[in-house]
Amino acid sequence: MRKIFFVLLCLLIAKTTTAQIDNTLFRRKPLDSTGMLLNMDAVYNRPFLSVGKLPVALGGYVEANYQHLGTDGITEGHQFQMRRFTLFVASSISRKIKFLSEIEFEDGTKEINIEFAALDIEFHPLFNVRGGVIMNPIGAFNQNHDGPKWEFVDRPVSATQMLPATWSNVGFGIYGKQFQKDWVLAYEAYLTNGFNDKIIDNSEGKTFLPAAKENRERFEESFNGVPLVTAKGAIRHKRIAEVGLSYMGGVYNKFQDDGLELDKRRRVDVFAVDVNSTLPRLRTFINAEWAWVYVDVPATYTQQYASRQRGGFADIVQPLYTGNIFGFNKSVINAAFRFEYVDYNVGRFNETGDNISDHYYAIVPAISWRPSPQTVLRFNYRYSWKSDLLGNPLSKTAGIQVGFSSYF
Amino acid sequence: MKRFINIILLIFSVFISCGKLEPKAPLDEDILDGPVEGLSDEQRAMFLKGDIAFNNDVFTKETGLGPLFVSTSCGSCHAGDGKGHPFTTLTRFGQINEQGNLFLHAGGPQLQNRAIPSHQPETIPAAATFSKFTPPANTGLGFLDAVSDADILAMADPNDGDGDGISGVTNWVSLKNYITLREGSIDNAGKYIGRFGKKGAAYNLLQQTAGAYNQDMGIVSTYEPYDTYSGEEIDPEVSNQTVQHVVFYLKTLKAPVPRNTGDANTIAGKGLFTQINCNKCHVAELKTSASSIAALSYQTFAPYTDLLLHDMGNALDDGYTEGSAKTYEWKTPPLWGLGLAKISQGGSYYLLHDGRARSIEEAILLHGGEGAHARDKYKALSKEEKQQLIIFLESL
Repeated sequence: MRKIFFVLLCLLIAKTTTAQIDNTLFRRKPLDSTGMLLNMDAVYNRPFLSVGKLPVALGGYVEANYQHLGTDGITEGHQFQMRRFTLFVASSISRKIKFLSEIEFEDGTKEINIEFAALDIEFHPLFNVRGGVIMNPIGAFNQNHDGPKWEFVDRPVSATQMLPATWSNVGFGIYGKQFQKDWVLAYEAYLTNGFNDKIIDNSEGKTFLPAAKENRERFEESFNGVPLVTAKGAIRHKRIAEVGLSYMGGVYNKFQDDGLELDKRRRVDVFAVDVNSTLPRLRTFINAEWAWVYVDVPATYTQQYASRQRGGFADIVQPLYTGNIFGFNKSVINAAFRFEYVDYNVGRFNETGDNISDHYYAIVPAISWRPSPQTVLRFNYRYSWKSDLLGNPLSKTAGIQVGFSSYF
Repeated sequence: MKRFINIILLIFSVFISCGKLEPKAPLDEDILDGPVEGLSDEQRAMFLKGDIAFNNDVFTKETGLGPLFVSTSCGSCHAGDGKGHPFTTLTRFGQINEQGNLFLHAGGPQLQNRAIPSHQPETIPAAATFSKFTPPANTGLGFLDAVSDADILAMADPNDGDGDGISGVTNWVSLKNYITLREGSIDNAGKYIGRFGKKGAAYNLLQQTAGAYNQDMGIVSTYEPYDTYSGEEIDPEVSNQTVQHVVFYLKTLKAPVPRNTGDANTIAGKGLFTQINCNKCHVAELKTSASSIAALSYQTFAPYTDLLLHDMGNALDDGYTEGSAKTYEWKTPPLWGLGLAKISQGGSYYLLHDGRARSIEEAILLHGGEGAHARDKYKALSKEEKQQLIIFLESL
């Protein structure tokens, strides 16, 4: 009897609560359309929802898809995947202090990550301080990775399998911007906790920067006590393009422990360039990123773990139709194409002098429908080629991916 | 409404046709991996477990790699289950006769030429002779394992009784304590016929597998419990079950499927192969005896080996040996799958025991000792005949 009473009470409260919702109280913060935003602004340029005059705004996005891929005649069959469910909470603590957090649930609840949780203090447009869990600004994708912004179901392989997107760490740094007519210049520089020796000792059997994410303790303590330096400079002309140059580097190994020297300091250094532009008449959007990875791998280890990697992607998105589709007045149909390439091991075998292969490339033609700017439905056909270390015949994977991603 | 129906039809047709947009499987004859025909569902499941352990398990410091090692996984030495590449070629040192290895104290018999960071790999002692071993193909090993000792001995001719210049001897080896004798094993003063490895020094695939985990990857098992770095007995880093799955996988990998068998040049080449006596050592057909795996029992197969040791002459004598083999003796390598070697060796041939031959012809010309007679006959063939012989060998 008590249980029944309790359930009824809960239902009554829930009904009352629902009855109290007044949609007019919600305000959706509009996306910036000045054309002066940079990739570094992506974390705040999201459609947050705020209630009344509360200083807290909420948001998030969701990504799910179906895929049927086959590799050399073998397929996993029909797969339905809940890739991501991400929640944002932003708060304006005062006019010049704000806080943003991003919590991501990947593949259901297989991975739960705090991707961003940083406090920003604004002193001057050219000097702001950010601290907390920040996303290291290497390349463009790591900062600007929200699913609804992309026409492709998969994230770029170079960004997730060579660079470790999404890659965030605890640390502090500064950033700033300078506007000059149609130009904007910006910089960011952070010191954070960094990589660990998993990058050259992992179950992938190759130099794999994303393996550093397995170390959950990086939010609590540095692996070796040496900060990872990440710095980026970007320039944008309102009608031409944005170009970014970024660097991330530090010591990845535990060279000493408990006061004892164990090894020399071994560095990992990453350089990246990113470009994006919208061609004026055709409204063709071009977005590209290329990165180089250098790792000091001991000569007495195995060449399976590369000392150099390189790779990137180029996306072209062409709006084909804008108008009303099924009552969605601002629908846009896009044709898109991605080319991506990663050489996981740049070098030559000591034994033969032959090229070490271990590379990957893919093409992804795509069609997307955006019923609103915040929602995208995507149809991709992916065809990829992968070689092993020795350069034996390429393994081919291909198939279709259909999915959606939307801010909410 | 019409638009809606079109979309539904489009989605339906995507579901129906998605498999057609995907890469096709290569022909069975063009790849080396895959199980033998006739396995039960349970055996196929075990094959799959072994396949994963062999090809997907990459060892790390955390899972026991090294500290000294040659490779981080089984699959990295045997890409696609085929022959290996100089990148993962093994070096063994320290034994010059059947008296045993003189350099066990210095890390023999196998050189672990790589080490995890902050460790130093081994080096070959100045006084030790050594030999390099290119990883062999794994295919069809279960068939070779199931040939009876009696059949192998029947092919041996230690004193060259038939006067053809070819002897052929077995490598008599001492057994590891974890080895269970296969039925019909012949005892020779406590030693048994070895049939795996370049010198035929491994009795069976369990010895080969446990040894490879230990010597190639620095992984300790209950079978091979001693760490190659410290020499101490340490806790197992791979389970017996996983080792047994890998052994089962190796036993049940299919035999390579010959290609272009109806081609006129292949047929002519096959005739030349016999005509110049290659088949005296590279015996075309063998038979299996009873096996615990029904699919391997009483099968006739074509490996092109006699599983015996032969004198291969001074050029191939590295001054290193194993078991009772002489330094100049090498076990006849099976020729099956030879034509597919390139697809696991990065597009080039690395033939003979150490990969020194960069073509089939070079490998033939490097035959000495008991192989010299056949080599000279090959040299005497016309250019077209040589080509036909090589076409035949590539069809295997």
